[in-house]
Amino acid sequence: MAEVTHVDGAHDAHHEHHKPSFWSKYVFSTDHKMIALQYMFTGMAMALIGGYFAYVFRMQLAFPGASIPFFGTLSPAAYNSLVTNHGTIMIFWVAMPVLIAAMGNFLIPLMIGCDDMVFPRVNRLSYQIFLLSAIILIISFFVPGGGFGGAWTAYPPLSAKAEFNATPFGAPMWLIAVTLEIVAFLLGGINFITTVMNARAKGMRMYDIPIIVWMIVIASILFMCSVGPLIAGAVMLLFDQTLGTGFFDGTAGGDPVLWQHLFWFFGHPEVYVVLLPAMGIVGEITCTFARKKLFAYKLILYSTIGLGILSFFVWAHHQFISGVDPRAAYLFTTTTLLISIPVAIVLFAYIATLYGGSIRFTTAMLFALAFTGEFLLGGVTGIWLGSSGVDVYLHDTYFVLAHFHYTFVPIAIIATFAAVYYWYPKMFGRKMNETWGKIHFWGTIVSFNGIFIPLFILGAGGQHRRIYNFQHYPDLAGADMQDMRVFATLSLIVMLAFQVIFIVNFFVSLKRGEKVGNNPWKANTLEWVATSPAPHGNFGATMPEVYRGPYEFSVEGREEDYWPQNEKPSES
Amino acid sequence: MDTMKTIDASFAEPEQPERSPVLSSSAMGILIFIVTELMFFASLISAYLIISAVAEAWPPEGQPRLPVLASALNSLVLFASGFVLFRGYRSFISEGHSERSIKLVRLCLWLGTVFVAVQGFEWVRLLSYGLTMTSSQYGAFFYLIIGTHAIHAIGALIGIWCLLSKLRSGVLKQSSFQAVLFFWYFVVGIWPVLYVLVYLS
Repeated sequence: MAEVTHVDGAHDAHHEHHKPSFWSKYVFSTDHKMIALQYMFTGMAMALIGGYFAYVFRMQLAFPGASIPFFGTLSPAAYNSLVTNHGTIMIFWVAMPVLIAAMGNFLIPLMIGCDDMVFPRVNRLSYQIFLLSAIILIISFFVPGGGFGGAWTAYPPLSAKAEFNATPFGAPMWLIAVTLEIVAFLLGGINFITTVMNARAKGMRMYDIPIIVWMIVIASILFMCSVGPLIAGAVMLLFDQTLGTGFFDGTAGGDPVLWQHLFWFFGHPEVYVVLLPAMGIVGEITCTFARKKLFAYKLILYSTIGLGILSFFVWAHHQFISGVDPRAAYLFTTTTLLISIPVAIVLFAYIATLYGGSIRFTTAMLFALAFTGEFLLGGVTGIWLGSSGVDVYLHDTYFVLAHFHYTFVPIAIIATFAAVYYWYPKMFGRKMNETWGKIHFWGTIVSFNGIFIPLFILGAGGQHRRIYNFQHYPDLAGADMQDMRVFATLSLIVMLAFQVIFIVNFFVSLKRGEKVGNNPWKANTLEWVATSPAPHGNFGATMPEVYRGPYEFSVEGREEDYWPQNEKPSES
Repeated sequence: MDTMKTIDASFAEPEQPERSPVLSSSAMGILIFIVTELMFFASLISAYLIISAVAEAWPPEGQPRLPVLASALNSLVLFASGFVLFRGYRSFISEGHSERSIKLVRLCLWLGTVFVAVQGFEWVRLLSYGLTMTSSQYGAFFYLIIGTHAIHAIGALIGIWCLLSKLRSGVLKQSSFQAVLFFWYFVVGIWPVLYVLVYLS
């Protein structure tokens, strides 16, 4: 790697003579920071599409049959398509690219003190495949029959035959898009693990690695080990759709439940694949703004590894009503309840980090604290759903929906905002406006709870998912239930409106934000050593060297309350 | 990794990080990829086992039988190619870009190609006997699993071909050879499992 550093240095000198063109700088770049930004902006654009879909189908549920502003009337088929693609987009094209790909690409080389990923061209290929998959998905909304509408879990037989799902082009395109997206992250994940193993700065030992880098690596390992079944299932489902094989067709000797096993064997570890980077982000931010050493670093690390291993043994809790043997269901209930222990350990360690710290309520910190609180609600409601007896009643109700939104919104939205507010200075050399940031924070958090608390109540009252118009069901058409639906929808509109503040703040701060130095938050990790924004090659001629762990805050006997990892120990 | 930091490391030369990775990045990258591939094949195999376990008769009535003996002989060709590439790697380590290394890699490429070609020839015959992807679950799984393996073999052969051309022009790095070697080991090593499960069932 030492040679690589020199080669890149030579590149820099080369670049000074004739500036790279727009295309080679922004589109075909192999620089990890540019690829991270590409992933982030693509993810944000897809989040707008996913949010718009949510707005349309929530309007239909609150005001059934009415003409929806900025859309028109919604047909049942289009409703299914919107619900399906909202879920797909938010998980595969927002949470994955922003949390794993953007954060991993941006932070790993900077935090472990190297110049770039070990396979920069593989990294570029990864983004290009990802972009292609996003384009295929977007095109699938406009083909005859419309976008795929068989729910984001794509259970056969509905997903397997065009005569059932009525989307002869949408369904295969959806499947191809998902598979390509998965392949993109496969390439990214190989890069992340290898880079952290082989390219750390001199002196950085296992326990000097920042916790977020550990979390992204463990998440990548989970992804690598769980993605095979999904690709296998996707190939088989694609053959069922296009060639007429019957892998998942009960009448042809196949087994529809097989798909559920293959899907959820990937699908449940996938939850932790996006959760772990989010928890890492929150850990970093909590520590920096509590000005305290991270509580129980090793315990967090070991819990995370345990969590990763356990996550492979919980998948069938999604299938308690798919004819799973009750004895097997009991087993999966046990593992599901067990997995809440390591998650709780990590969250408690973050809370213990706050204890006795001198806390600074920056916008990033507010979002990090909100993650801890809100994710806890999502986790606690998961305990009910993990118990097979309760799940039989609650399965496929809005209770499940509210539960996983209470986990996924903190992960994909709240933790991402925390990360953007925190690392924005490193990305662009300026700070985002804190006042508008706090307005954005409170608007987002209050309206988020306004959306999903009513849905918990509705779900416990028996409101089923995937229903186009509740007025057709006398038990669900009461005025009190409808009021709650309207309240949730209005809260969603408020939440979306507050995101306008974020977008304006983001782009205005690019030009007008307060200029900051290399280390605006007085943090210890290596990314704050590089100039803001970091140049190609990250650290210039002198690569940093590591002398201590990443969280040496408020060390006694030091004037400053922080102690950067790369600061040489004094001679005395 | 602890070896990278010695307690009294000289602080005089900070910009020359001494890295002595256990495995080169290429080899590690391909190993991680192989883990994913193993899970992929494991899923195909478990799907196959589940479907074949609940079937009334396996192989089903009226479906052509697979060429057990011819494929067994063909397997030997594949094993031989794996061994030849191993010899080639040893020779590359000791002698570098020597004539012998080139010969061994070329031989491996030929053996691998023969394996894929014989497989393709058998497929054509099976198709003409009426075993297709839609004729039965048996046919579907045969072409799915064995076809997936064939695609991997072809991909690996392209890798070996690139290896050979780099070896000829004398610019081959040991880490690249190692990465291709590992992937070819994977293709060779998974084959007996598939053979026993699919052909001998």
